[in-house]
Amino acid sequence: MSMFKDAGHLFRFAGLFVLAFLVFLVIRGYVVPKSFGEYGHYRAAAIGEIAAHPVKFAGHQACESCHSDEAGTKAKGKHVTVNCEACHGALAAHVADPTGVVPVKLDTAVLCARCHTATAAKPSGFPQVDPAAHSNGIACETCHNPHSPAIESASAAGGAK
Amino acid sequence: MNISRRKLLILLPAAALAWEHVLAGTPETAPNYAMSEHWWGLLIDISKCIGCGNCVRACQTENDVPDGYFRTWVERYHRSDWHLESPQVISPDGGKEGFPSVAPDPDGEYFYVPKMCNHCADSPCTQVCPVGATFISPDGVVLVDQTYCLGCAYCVQACPYGCRYIHPTKHVADKCTLCYHRITKGLTTACCEACPTGARQLADLKNPNDPIHAFLRTHKVQVLKPQMATGAKVFYNDLDGSVR
Repeated sequence: MSMFKDAGHLFRFAGLFVLAFLVFLVIRGYVVPKSFGEYGHYRAAAIGEIAAHPVKFAGHQACESCHSDEAGTKAKGKHVTVNCEACHGALAAHVADPTGVVPVKLDTAVLCARCHTATAAKPSGFPQVDPAAHSNGIACETCHNPHSPAIESASAAGGAK
Repeated sequence: MNISRRKLLILLPAAALAWEHVLAGTPETAPNYAMSEHWWGLLIDISKCIGCGNCVRACQTENDVPDGYFRTWVERYHRSDWHLESPQVISPDGGKEGFPSVAPDPDGEYFYVPKMCNHCADSPCTQVCPVGATFISPDGVVLVDQTYCLGCAYCVQACPYGCRYIHPTKHVADKCTLCYHRITKGLTTACCEACPTGARQLADLKNPNDPIHAFLRTHKVQVLKPQMATGAKVFYNDLDGSVR
């Protein structure tokens, strides 16, 4: 064993390294989150946390499950592609508590103009008007049913809410 | 309740094991959703966009985006017919309240371009994160782990599309999650839900029945900055050559 003669200081130093490595492993075990690395170089639990955020737009399926009459009217008209909450706003709170949270009545002067005000930047096939010249200040829903905006006959326009 | 010493000695290690699972993170909230069955993207049809700003407002409502910051926004391009390299682009307040009316330009064209995170398959933003706080999920959505993010903003600089920002009060990176809390519950994104013309369509590229496949087959669809090879998954239909 003459080879390891006077090598005690090397073993002590190696022991120090091993000890430091063990301390590193222990600290690492505490510091690195449990799910880190499950799918990649990130904390997998974050995916579930992000997925758990609350929903504010209920989605038109939820609206249509109660308001089937409005959905039926909408399905016949040009506004078939427009989802309920595109105009009425985020209403998941109303779905959760239908009587407690009541949606506000919308102002068609603002709402209709937002999409239908004429500008050269819109696709040419899209129906556009100059609101002032078109209605002279008369509310849009006087003539148009917002759920099915085409004016077919006097009774159809008058019969709608 | 009467617990003997023997029972306590059995219960304690069991409780310790259960606590491990509690610490491991929030359990999956949508039990019917399997990440391996989806690969999300989005389709934006320029020819349908009317610049109403519904998507911008819906996004801000759904995701509590602070005022003056945008996870999605709409730009209005004005380019001349002969000088495509330098279009004039405006986006007042992200197009949130729409755009001023313009008269037709005989020598050029106006059009709207909605922008958002492209949820790149090879995203530069996730590659630069020094701590692993941002990542692409197994179903193809680029997300930020805000409890892990340091707010160093490397990712904000790395995104070639300018889709990230540092949240003014949380001081961490924030961005479009493709409404991950909605799409995992079977809903579409808030911007797609609020878009009145169908200019935005959520697309599941792994679902063989998704209409996106027929659309990609039959239309000349592009992505933004294809030369950067980001693997962008927001597909633009009818994209003008001047769009950057």
